Amino acid sequence: MHWASWQEFWAMGGAARYVWGAYGMVVLALAAEMMLLRARLRRAREAARRASHWSNKEAE
Amino acid sequence: MIRALLAVVNRDLLLARRQRGDVVNVLLFFIIVITMFPLGVGPDKDTLRLIAPGIVWVAALLAAILSLGRLFALDYADGTLEQIMLSGQPLSLAVLGKITAHWLMTGAPITVLSAAAAIVFDMAPGPTATLVASLLLGTPSLSLVGAVGAALTLGLRGAGVLVTLLVLPLYVPVLIFGALAVDRSVGGLSAAPWLMVLGALSLGAAALAPWAIGAALRVSVE
Amino acid sequence: MQAETIRPLKFGLHRFAAPPEFYRLAGRLIPWFGSLAAVLAACGLYLAFFVAPTDFQQGEVYRIIFIHVPAAWMAMFIYAVMAFWAGLGIAFNTRMSSIWACAMAPTGALMAFLALWTGALWGRPAWGAYWAWDARMTSTLILLFLYVGFMALHGAIDDPRRADRAAGVLALVGVVNLPIIYFSVQWWNSLHQGASISLTRAPTMAATMLEAMLVMTLAFWMYSIAASLARARAILLEREKRTGWAQQAALE
Repeated sequence: MHWASWQEFWAMGGAARYVWGAYGMVVLALAAEMMLLRARLRRAREAARRASHWSNKEAE
Repeated sequence: MIRALLAVVNRDLLLARRQRGDVVNVLLFFIIVITMFPLGVGPDKDTLRLIAPGIVWVAALLAAILSLGRLFALDYADGTLEQIMLSGQPLSLAVLGKITAHWLMTGAPITVLSAAAAIVFDMAPGPTATLVASLLLGTPSLSLVGAVGAALTLGLRGAGVLVTLLVLPLYVPVLIFGALAVDRSVGGLSAAPWLMVLGALSLGAAALAPWAIGAALRVSVE
Repeated sequence: MQAETIRPLKFGLHRFAAPPEFYRLAGRLIPWFGSLAAVLAACGLYLAFFVAPTDFQQGEVYRIIFIHVPAAWMAMFIYAVMAFWAGLGIAFNTRMSSIWACAMAPTGALMAFLALWTGALWGRPAWGAYWAWDARMTSTLILLFLYVGFMALHGAIDDPRRADRAAGVLALVGVVNLPIIYFSVQWWNSLHQGASISLTRAPTMAATMLEAMLVMTLAFWMYSIAASLARARAILLEREKRTGWAQQAALE
């Protein structure tokens, strides 16, 4: 561990906005992808449930 | 087999002659796009001479893409394409014939017009000759690779813009080597290596593209 | 439903070419790949920030390499894998292969974008410009266009099977062209600049730097698999929502 303090760690030797701008975007993008995928699966499941509801109605 | 190939070429040329406007419009587009750049960049002769090869080549790419709309779409619309695919003839042959006709109507005139463009940009005779040679060797690739895009997007809405998006990345090597060839000529060196690369790319495309085009046509014309 | 030719593979893997089996298997695998990704990322980030030393020339900003290189490698790797499965889908007419290819594409495109973003933020402090048209970044940009083209073509075609096959042909054409594009861009860059400077070349690597980079690459890889599995499940449900198995699965 070669950071003298947490302040030094966040400062990244003056390049903070570049380093954290880069890492931040990666975290943001991957988190967004995960959320969108979860939403997409949810919508797909609902669509399938609705489709089964209608096909059940047809059978009646 | 050659006779069959020539028959396809002649048919396409004849159809194009009846609708001369389409072909001429593409060439007009080529000229107009080239004219835009000096208007945007300024009339400084040295700057223009520097960017001329890139401009002419980009204009050639765009004109080639624009002309792809006619390649298969007209025959597809009236059912001729399906007939060609159902006939006993090997599809690659018909495809090569159509592409040859397409090149004769776009690539070849563009190659000739580029000499005029070189004059407009005050290019020296050596680089001008290299420019013409590079287009002569490179435009067949443009027709061949572009045909893949045209075949994949047959009948789709927004096919025109979509084809551009699909095909331009694939055109990058031809653009790079074409412009590099002329730059070498400007520098006084022989552009032969790059011209040979361009030729090789066109030959490679001629060997591989017909398969891809045939596959794409079969996908699009279910 | 059309009959499919499913060629038997070794170890009975071919049964996962059937949508219900794949859906179930993917559902079980996602947590594993997700957890692996998280653990690897934690180790990799620790190595990246607390073990790898400060670079002599670039200071701390070089640490961007630990996400830049993995993203760039994944962007290229995913494209090749995508083209492979799309090709299989065309050759053997298996739906699942094409669906898998489609599932990977957005993740691959995202990786390409992240490679470009992180590369730009690295380039500015290290070499003075956010974008310098160097060979690798330019090739990655074109790769992003190839991904976008694949997704655009697939989205423009209504019939899923035609869309799968058309995009598959495009992916195969793209993967054949990719080396040619890469080398032409390298030539373009080096001949226009004289000395061939790869602006995102890594600093001389200490062993710890290499280790951190490899661990992060594995983390990105595991994540990509998990994301693709999830997307494949969604695509399957969307396409098959009228079938019994899908409706059953949606209720679980």
